[in-house]
Amino acid sequence: MKIDNSLPLEYGTEQNKLNILGFWIFLGAEVMLFATLFATYFTLEHRIGNGPAGAEIFELTPVLIETLLLLTSSFTIGLGVHAMRIGKKNAMMTFFAITLLLGLAFLGVEIYEFTHYVHVGAGLQVSAFTGVLLTTLGTHGAHVTVGLFWGLFIILQVKKHGLTPATANKSFIFSLYWHFLDVVWIFIFSFIYLKGMM
Amino acid sequence: MEYFDRFAIPHPSPAIYASMVAIGLTVIAILIGLTYFKKWGYLWREWLTTVDHKKIGILYLISALLMLFRGGVDALMMRAQTAVPDNTLLDAQHYNEVFTTHGVVMIIFMAMPFIYALMNFVVPLQIGARDVAFPRLNALSFWLFFMGAMLFNISFVVGGSPDAGWTSYFPLAGNDFSQSVGTNYYLLSIQIAGIGTLISGINFMTTIFKMRAPGMKLMKMPMFTWTALITNAIVVFAFPVLTVTLLLGTMDRLFGTHIFSMTNGGMDMLWANLFWVWGHPEVYILILPAFGIYSEVVSTFSQRNLYGYKSMVASIVIISFFSFLVWTHHFFTMGQGPLTNSIFSITTMAIAIPTGIKIFNWLLTMRKGKIKFTVPMLYTVGFIPIFTIGGVTGVMLGMASADYQYHNTMFLVAHFHYTIIPGVVFAMLAGLTYWWPKMFGFMLNERIGKWAFWFIMIGFNVTFFPMFFTGLDGQARRMYTYSEATGFGPLNMLSFVGAIGLAIGFAIIVYNVYYSTRYASRDIGTDPWNARTLEWATQTPVQSYNFARTPHVNSIEAFWDHKKKGQPLFKGEIEKIHMPNNSGVPFIMSCIFFVWGFSFVFSMWIPAIITTIAIFACMAHRSFEKDDGHYISVEEIEATEKNSEVLADENR
Repeated sequence: MKIDNSLPLEYGTEQNKLNILGFWIFLGAEVMLFATLFATYFTLEHRIGNGPAGAEIFELTPVLIETLLLLTSSFTIGLGVHAMRIGKKNAMMTFFAITLLLGLAFLGVEIYEFTHYVHVGAGLQVSAFTGVLLTTLGTHGAHVTVGLFWGLFIILQVKKHGLTPATANKSFIFSLYWHFLDVVWIFIFSFIYLKGMM
Repeated sequence: MEYFDRFAIPHPSPAIYASMVAIGLTVIAILIGLTYFKKWGYLWREWLTTVDHKKIGILYLISALLMLFRGGVDALMMRAQTAVPDNTLLDAQHYNEVFTTHGVVMIIFMAMPFIYALMNFVVPLQIGARDVAFPRLNALSFWLFFMGAMLFNISFVVGGSPDAGWTSYFPLAGNDFSQSVGTNYYLLSIQIAGIGTLISGINFMTTIFKMRAPGMKLMKMPMFTWTALITNAIVVFAFPVLTVTLLLGTMDRLFGTHIFSMTNGGMDMLWANLFWVWGHPEVYILILPAFGIYSEVVSTFSQRNLYGYKSMVASIVIISFFSFLVWTHHFFTMGQGPLTNSIFSITTMAIAIPTGIKIFNWLLTMRKGKIKFTVPMLYTVGFIPIFTIGGVTGVMLGMASADYQYHNTMFLVAHFHYTIIPGVVFAMLAGLTYWWPKMFGFMLNERIGKWAFWFIMIGFNVTFFPMFFTGLDGQARRMYTYSEATGFGPLNMLSFVGAIGLAIGFAIIVYNVYYSTRYASRDIGTDPWNARTLEWATQTPVQSYNFARTPHVNSIEAFWDHKKKGQPLFKGEIEKIHMPNNSGVPFIMSCIFFVWGFSFVFSMWIPAIITTIAIFACMAHRSFEKDDGHYISVEEIEATEKNSEVLADENR
């Protein structure tokens, strides 16, 4: 395996460069996926049937907690990638672990939020609005869940093999994914929750 | 036993029971055959686990041809049913199922794998690459598509076919009006195949961006590779829309949401919009690779370079852009209001401009060329006038106010068959004949091929031209019968006769494959057509590593200039070549996906949960797996290349 040392480790081999470009294109597809969900949400936002409207069910506190948890996790994974670039394996693993813990906490609050919606009569089957709201949030939540397992696997691999071109590449790509989920959440926070509460 | 009632067919008929028996017997015959001839190991090693883009291309090709015949039988049944007024060959329910599966099979499970068959085989060779960027993912793409197709195809013997049209509009496709599991099959099988296609899109974009031979700038790529690049860009941006659309449809049908329903705030027109936001780009996903094939064929057999290369590139880029801006023209009559309709009318008609540019470029390539009327060239020359008829009637349909007359009539059916059949099917047959020698090491018989061409060409026009007239007279599409008083009878009978001509044409192609396999010469050299692009600079059959040495390119037609002007193509010493290892995981994972889809279709939650976990376990396995591939040594390459003309060619 030829390793180009003039580039960061995650870009070091030909296959690594391909992986990173391929993942960016995948993120392009993910943008379209969430864009479609948002378009559907905006179309159905006010079609509440006999169910509650957004303003009646959204609560600022759990949503703010989720936002802070996820934004912080984006910061810590950034620190993790920085630690990886300067070759500090243990620091990198620690920051990745903190990221995943924050993600786990986010998921916990989101699950609480979902049960809350069901309790106040905004379950999946109530109206077009609740259906698309929970589907959109659920799609993001499912992405976070997948990310938790994926991140855990990467930490285990870094622990076992150290910082090699392969593990560095995986870690970097995972960080792209994690930042992307954060961006999606910013849109959810602004255009679903804040707009809905106004 | 009540649990198993769900697998029963809601509208059984002798034909369906006969198919069940036939499917059962075929499966048993295949299993016995594989065991008797001891081919299980061969099948597993060479095909089920392969990550070679050429073999995956051939797998796509076989699946596409199988699906072509399945969809073709559906088509014949429809033409037979409507051949005479008040026919009772099929009842309304069966007719609904047949036109639904015909559409889905032909577009998703025939045309898509056909274009991916040719892209898989040709694109890495045309750009001088060893394989695609992610060979393992490429295998996963194929097997996901294949399992999606199989899931869709068992619908008519287990639980009932979808019957809401290939567009599956809600609320018709909702639980209230489509009570069988048919539409579940539609949602899940297309979802599985669609994930495969999306993965292919990412794979090919990365491949074309990053793995071109040294010197092959973007504007020096062969035209088929250009169309492949743009097509895959459309795939990456359109297929996620389909993913979400099918997901929301599944939520409505299986989990009781009200997104597309008529009650509790749901909006049925949202399905039509989302479907066509994917569906119209899909049309161009099918047609652009076809344009690429015609460009290769027309320039090879006119023995001239392609006229207007830059305008060709510009027009495919413009077409891809406009393809996302026209979706509303599929439902002008559903009340968007005049402003929206006008805007989409104009964007629709605008697409005729770049397409027209391409038509004129092909014509001007042929001008003053020394044209050889081989089978691929016949399909290309046949395509130009009839595709133009399809295009012009498309502009007619694109005028929103006039569309109220044509909407949902046979005129529309004639129009889109006039675009899709010459645009896709002719192109695939041209491409298949053109690249066949590279794939299999012998040429298809030209004389038999020409017989097939004329049957298909004449049969096609006889089938579909009458529909323009019955459509203008008001014959609605998707109606299983009509009364004698309408006067549609004779023209529909003519259509049926044409359909038989088409069927004979395809049967001749099958015979041609058989005949050529037995009798055609194996000694065809590497470049039997005197072609112009890099795929013809490989050995026949192509070695697993494609090129012993990476080609160096400094013009659009590198291989032609190498042959005619003696520009060196291969430089330097032979080095050891890195190749990816085979893997059974993509196949196994796709089998699990099949069970996953089947479980969702019938709302069987325990297997659904187990298979979901198993799918993620496969992904985890991939994450932990250490697989650095293997190397082919220099000695081995030199041994296989010893007799190759490619090496000799270079040393002259």
